Amino acid sequence: MNQFSYVRVTSKESAIAALAKDKTAMFLAGGTNLVDLMKSGVTNPERLVDINKLPLATIEETKTGLRIGALAKNTAVAENDLVIKHFPLLSQALKAGASPQLRNMATVGGNMMQRTRCHYFYDTAMPCNKRNPGSGCGAIGGFSRMHAIFGASDKCIAVHPSDMCVALAALDATVIVAGPKGERKIPFGDFHRLPGDTPQQDNNLQRGELIIAVDIPFNQLSANTHYLKVRDRASYAFALVSAGAAMQIKGGNITDVRLALGGVAHKPWRLKEAEAWLKGKPATEENFRKAAELSMAQAKSQGGNAFKLTLAPNTIVEALKTAAAQA
Amino acid sequence: MGIDKKSEPLNRVDGRAKVTGKAKYFAEFEVPGVTFCVMVTSAITRGTVATINTKTAERAPGVLAVFTHLNMPAIPGWAEQGNNSKLPSGGEKYRMLGSNKILFNGQPIALVIADTLERAQHAASLVTATYNKAAHNTDLLKNKEKAAMPPRLGDYSRGTDKDAHNTAPVKLKADYTVPVEVHNPMELAGILAFWEGDDKLTVYAKTQGVKSTQRTLASAFKIDEKNVQVHSEFVGGGFGMGLRTWPQEVAVAAAALKLKKPVKLVMTREQMFTLVGYRPYTIQHISMGATQDGQLTGIYHEATAETASYDDFTEGAVSMTRFMYACPNVTTKYRIVPLDRGVPIWMRGPGEATGAFALESAIDEMAYKVNMDPLQFRLKNFAETDPERNKPFSSNNLKEAYQLGSEKIGWAKRNPAPASMKDGEWLVGYGMSTGVFGAHRGESTCRAQLNTDGTLVLQSATSDIGPGTSTAMVQIAHEVTGLPIEKIRFELGNAAFPPSGSQGGSATVSSVGSAVYDVCTALKGILTEAGLTFDNGAVKPAAGKSDSLQDVLSKQNKTFFEVTKSSKGGEEQGKYSMYSFSIHFAEVRVHPGTGVVRVKRVVTVADSGRIVSPKTAASQMIGGVTGGIGMALTEEGVIDHRFGRFVNNNLADYHVPVSADVPHIETIFIDKPDPYTNPMGSKGMGEIALIGFSAAVANAVYHATGKRIRELPITPDKVLSA
Repeated sequence: MNQFSYVRVTSKESAIAALAKDKTAMFLAGGTNLVDLMKSGVTNPERLVDINKLPLATIEETKTGLRIGALAKNTAVAENDLVIKHFPLLSQALKAGASPQLRNMATVGGNMMQRTRCHYFYDTAMPCNKRNPGSGCGAIGGFSRMHAIFGASDKCIAVHPSDMCVALAALDATVIVAGPKGERKIPFGDFHRLPGDTPQQDNNLQRGELIIAVDIPFNQLSANTHYLKVRDRASYAFALVSAGAAMQIKGGNITDVRLALGGVAHKPWRLKEAEAWLKGKPATEENFRKAAELSMAQAKSQGGNAFKLTLAPNTIVEALKTAAAQA
Repeated sequence: MGIDKKSEPLNRVDGRAKVTGKAKYFAEFEVPGVTFCVMVTSAITRGTVATINTKTAERAPGVLAVFTHLNMPAIPGWAEQGNNSKLPSGGEKYRMLGSNKILFNGQPIALVIADTLERAQHAASLVTATYNKAAHNTDLLKNKEKAAMPPRLGDYSRGTDKDAHNTAPVKLKADYTVPVEVHNPMELAGILAFWEGDDKLTVYAKTQGVKSTQRTLASAFKIDEKNVQVHSEFVGGGFGMGLRTWPQEVAVAAAALKLKKPVKLVMTREQMFTLVGYRPYTIQHISMGATQDGQLTGIYHEATAETASYDDFTEGAVSMTRFMYACPNVTTKYRIVPLDRGVPIWMRGPGEATGAFALESAIDEMAYKVNMDPLQFRLKNFAETDPERNKPFSSNNLKEAYQLGSEKIGWAKRNPAPASMKDGEWLVGYGMSTGVFGAHRGESTCRAQLNTDGTLVLQSATSDIGPGTSTAMVQIAHEVTGLPIEKIRFELGNAAFPPSGSQGGSATVSSVGSAVYDVCTALKGILTEAGLTFDNGAVKPAAGKSDSLQDVLSKQNKTFFEVTKSSKGGEEQGKYSMYSFSIHFAEVRVHPGTGVVRVKRVVTVADSGRIVSPKTAASQMIGGVTGGIGMALTEEGVIDHRFGRFVNNNLADYHVPVSADVPHIETIFIDKPDPYTNPMGSKGMGEIALIGFSAAVANAVYHATGKRIRELPITPDKVLSA
């Protein structure tokens, strides 16, 4: 780890100003990913701006939905009564991630900002275009078992590791960010990026912008939800594939549905085509299977992750089945 | 002779110290003026260090020294042992920082020593190196043609029809793969070393053998063994990686000598993958023949395992096949392939855990081929005596174990047809396997000191890497003397104590326990001579005598009685074949859509003689089965062979089972004394807890799905693709 300075700020304005005047500075929230990256020599900020004292940890009901502060801890969100009542999928996804100890520290904003767990990214002796643009992608032709089947490029095949973000993508959340030029809103689906030629950029935040909150609009999808995370052990492992499903079912027919995958792309992978296809159809396994197959049209294997071409649709089907079976 | 009653279940005598933080592990000892060592390791797999720049690091705050191959102090014992090698690989010996040669990825190329850990870490990040890369080989599958017979293990063959496995009416040919597994105990490896003058070395070590560490260091520095103090009272897990004192640990002692300061090294988790051994990647071919009615006629078992280019690591992967079943024709071969890798080392159930996965999977496969229940097939081919050595077993209660275990799991109630049982969406499967490991007993010495206040202190230079050695020893002393538990203390982990072997090969209770038994028996004799006796939990005047222990000691001008006894097995060791056995039954759930396998229920039966310490024995079985779940379902060290580097060298990506993966594990002990192994009638247990378990799971997965998975670990992708 390199030497760095540390400053604690108490207002949004001072936080944003601190980053604006120091190009090597980074925000520090829960630190559960950033500190690891610093220890590995992957990220070397010379200044950490600790934002934990900012008043951004509240979870409140608005006229149109819930507003979750960027500094709300993952545990607090997962166990919040309003979240459980309105967006059980979010609570389920959060509880599928990391460990209780990590969730007690990790924040909503930090979870969105966490970087891929691709090993080539973490090992500074290996090539990685995300860490060191132009050095090549170690995972292509290498250990690609955990990697993307959607939206990868010849520069990067890494996946975004978050479970929470899969639920937020499915739930049509909006990200509220503040920067030197004021506040703006980013639809959740536009927050993270595909790797393209610039895999070093995980998301569309501008330099110096701070995540303030996430808005989730109310919906009628809370009765039938399920987050299914398939992984190599029962807990504390990143997803091979995960699927978040939320449905409104009336008289056996799907009147509304949200569906997204994790562990398959550089960003949470919303399945809007499958959603559109399912809408209005009976909630049957056969239809779930067809929707899952429809979702896979653009999927591409990297070799080591070929099994995901089978696992992903199966996971979609299982998530939908389990969601549909909720009382 | 011997102890014939069942033992009472004791709590761990050091349990409170461990859970309250009072127990001190090597890195926790505070030595005045201690300095901190951080290793810089090679980014290439084979070649040489062309240039290494340490100037910036040397100028960094707090840095005391940076040692590379250019300035590393000579280690006299290493120099004397020379560099000639007689290995099949023709490789040269590995001498850390002895030259600029790189023999494996992750090899240390510099030691940075500073006044604080953080400063050493920072300075280490400032060391830069350039390399002359050479082509490397880390992939066993691509280097099979280099397979050679190891000098320490020849081929085995019995029977008149060597081709029986090929010509039998029912044949099975199958290949099995066990990947690299790493020990990674929770406590990181390392050492704290300091010198008085230039010939007295003291170390706090993480070791499974304080005497072994003492010998290694004494020979490296060419000093008297008595001048090497080794302390290792508590060890946070070993699983075999602590059976060697590793080159980097010796190098730290050399740095401490040079700097005339205490130096402490605590390795990183990444370094635990490359510098302290591993279970070698091993491919196995089994060819098996049987009659239509299920009599084995021939087995051919060949294992090919990786080793380093600089060492011929060899383990008993094919040992079990030689004697486990009453098969007239058996051939086994073990081959090693030298690769540009660090050297492997024994990992829990060394060799046998690898071999048992293959053999016990093949037995299951063959049972299905001849339409027999796998349990009945094992009984039909049961070896009443050891067919390898033509000797009787000292004890063998496997048949009883098969019966107890199968009843407990409900073996007979299952539908034996593959893919026939369901629980909701999940497929249900039952599998079984046998495990076996030699019931070893080594020489061991113990000192007993009976104090005026009636407390008994026992000392032996053994280790406790977690099984509860002190608890078992206190129990044995209690059973021999009748003294209450709280009046007995067993001290270990100090090389100055009377010698014992390393804690490995499931031999500690048998070896050290015998010495405890013998020394306590000798103490009884001393008391008798002194007119005293152990009576109802205290030392009392013998019949017709009136002097108390205090009176007698006072009259003899002593404050304690002491006696030291050395103990080892006798001629019975040659007359009998001595083994511990285990039977594992596993019930699994397999999800047909996601390929996820969950172990739902486990029954494990151990035939390990008389159980000396029931609670810690059960804990050890549970721990071994947990390791077995990891071997079966989750653990694999993955190397990207293009780079020769691990791609999952941390505990987030190298998956050991978490609590949610581990169901209730029912442990059953036959608990019958072995008449010949040792005075306690015990047999070892640490290894058999794990050996074979992976096959029980693989067999259960087959029963659940009809899919035979012959490559560990059985991850969801393999289940889906099979």
